[in-house]
Amino acid sequence: MSLPDNEKEKTDPTDALSEKSSRRAFLKGLSIGAAAASAALVVGCVPGADAAASGELRLRWQEFFKKNYRLMTQEEKDQTVERLERLAALRDGIDVQIGSEPPLPKVLYGYAFNITRCEGFMECVTACIKENNLDRKTNTQYIRIFEMEPGQLDPSTGDGKYFHEVPVENKFYMGTQCFHCENAPCTKACPTKATWKEPDGIVVVDYDWCIGCRYCQAACPYFGRRFNWGKAEIPKEEITTKQHYLGNRLRPMGKMEKCTFCIQRTRKGRLPACVEACPTGSRVFGNLLDPDSEIRYVLKHKKVFRMKEELGTEPKFWYFID
Amino acid sequence: MNAYPHNNLKTFVIDVIRWNLRGGIGFQLFRLLLLGCMGMGIYAYSFQARFGLSVTGMNDIVSWGFYISNFTFLVGVAAAAVMLILPAYVFHDPNFHRVVIIGEGVAVGALVMCLSFIVVDLGGPLQAWHLIPGIGIFNFPSSILAWDVLVLNGYLLLNGLVPAYILYSHYMGRKANERLYRPFVFLSIFWAFSIHMVTAFLYQGLPARPFWNNPLLGPRFLASAFAAGPALIALILAVIHNFTSYKIDRSVFNKLRLIIVISAIINLLMLFSEIFKEFYFPTHHSSAAVYLFFGMAGHNSLVPWIWTSVCVNLAATLVLAFNPGKNNPKVLLPACVFLFVAIWMEKGIGLIVPGLIPSPLGEIVDYLPTWVELSVTLGILALGITVVSWLIRAALIIEEKYEQ
Repeated sequence: MSLPDNEKEKTDPTDALSEKSSRRAFLKGLSIGAAAASAALVVGCVPGADAAASGELRLRWQEFFKKNYRLMTQEEKDQTVERLERLAALRDGIDVQIGSEPPLPKVLYGYAFNITRCEGFMECVTACIKENNLDRKTNTQYIRIFEMEPGQLDPSTGDGKYFHEVPVENKFYMGTQCFHCENAPCTKACPTKATWKEPDGIVVVDYDWCIGCRYCQAACPYFGRRFNWGKAEIPKEEITTKQHYLGNRLRPMGKMEKCTFCIQRTRKGRLPACVEACPTGSRVFGNLLDPDSEIRYVLKHKKVFRMKEELGTEPKFWYFID
Repeated sequence: MNAYPHNNLKTFVIDVIRWNLRGGIGFQLFRLLLLGCMGMGIYAYSFQARFGLSVTGMNDIVSWGFYISNFTFLVGVAAAAVMLILPAYVFHDPNFHRVVIIGEGVAVGALVMCLSFIVVDLGGPLQAWHLIPGIGIFNFPSSILAWDVLVLNGYLLLNGLVPAYILYSHYMGRKANERLYRPFVFLSIFWAFSIHMVTAFLYQGLPARPFWNNPLLGPRFLASAFAAGPALIALILAVIHNFTSYKIDRSVFNKLRLIIVISAIINLLMLFSEIFKEFYFPTHHSSAAVYLFFGMAGHNSLVPWIWTSVCVNLAATLVLAFNPGKNNPKVLLPACVFLFVAIWMEKGIGLIVPGLIPSPLGEIVDYLPTWVELSVTLGILALGITVVSWLIRAALIIEEKYEQ
């Protein structure tokens, strides 16, 4: 995979980082001061635990009244990220780094899946669960792999719950996930515009803006969305701490989530976790606007098809045959 | 001009509350029972508030369940008030004019229940303000859910304010100015159709769900609503006729029966048309209907449910149509009860749950509501009944005084 504007990418992060750290340091000082002052007002003295508790309350209060991510200025994005990082430290005692990287210019992500090569090892599923901090309790999976009979091409005819040694003779495997449709029915359905398609083609959810009505889930023809029915349970040591606001940060209860093409990785020029984990090389990911990319090679030279093409959703996810 | 010079808005509110706290021992027990049910609902909801929707029977495949089923059905009940408004204001039927206020009370109660069901179904009820235009973002006109929020609240306002104005005028001992409220009455007639069509479009507009993505859904919603709603109103009118001094003319019941029968027959015709389409030449789009009516891969929890509903619906419609008791209320009223329940079964759970099964990837699970869902639903129903009984009681007292 090759992304354009490599030079820009090299300079950008350092700039952003130094700028952010100074602002963060300032904000941190400010809010600690404010927290201490308010605690002092309330209890008359400044005990450490109380200051932390009232600080948490203040952060949660500010989080509650924040805007939709798309309406935030970069400064407001930095502030909410800062609050979320501090809340993670205060509440769960974990040190996370939440990014708010914008889409890279001249990039439109696309995905291709080689049904000839995939042997159903499900390494991609495991990697995805780990990378995206998916709930271990309900065994949430963005990626589903179906064991297919020859002669069929619709995953709904396959077996999505197979549990045996793979590959099996005379079977093949098909993966599904969010297809990041160009004409996505889910984003149209959302009553609060809490889910939308980013300029780089990734369909994202603002977890804090979502009201949990699940209309988008009903509208998705590909079973691409998952709901946080309860509080997600992830062993502390397994939490991926490099996160993105629209990606793998820990989702609150009662909110919708989905595959984001690993936005926290891909916006830094890396591959999604599933692509990296695949032992057979069945997964191809890249920039559809770059004529030299692997995905463009696949689309040009292989026999490709998409799922439920008749719905006109224009998925950016193609299956192909070697 | 003013017959009661000591009355004002303050005494109006106080009197309404006072009248509603009075009552015999039986009535007080009924109140207590409703209060108990609401308490149970709040207790059950506290679990949902703490542990999320994981305490319900819903999951990623059946992502809408008992709450949304009841919501969908009750929108129909709310819309059915129009079947009293239409004869009263368009055909100037004086007997219907006397009961119109009761229909509007039922509509307000049904809408309160609808909105409550939506709120308890939300994963983030505290974020519901994100919907309010101005402080939040309202995805209008793209999202049909945004339309639904708009039409439901609008209908609640229309059905609350118009009767409130009329009652307040009558309470003050003067005639309500019909030229003032008439436009709103006509607006509410169109609005009644729109709330149910928009609620149907909520489902109808999803190509992902072939069971719902069906142009007949909207008209069928109306037909079933105009059967079930008037059936409920007839029952409430019968209760009022028998237990209060507010007597209702026989002709109202006869005309309601006609409305119910015609709507129920149209509803059954459309049901038959749907069944024909699904089963004459089943495609993979028919799998939800196959699951609903015959079960699939060993999952058949809805099969007895839907067949009970269809049989009861058919029997009740026949009884109401052929009227074997010659207008005997002991025959017609139970038929109304059965018709109401049958339509609730079919249009609630029987419509929402199979629309989600099998999943778009062909997976089949069964859905059963948990005790939390059942208790919260019971609480919301009790809330609705309380609202309806308060409104109707106050309305009847004011109307009776005014008629004298």
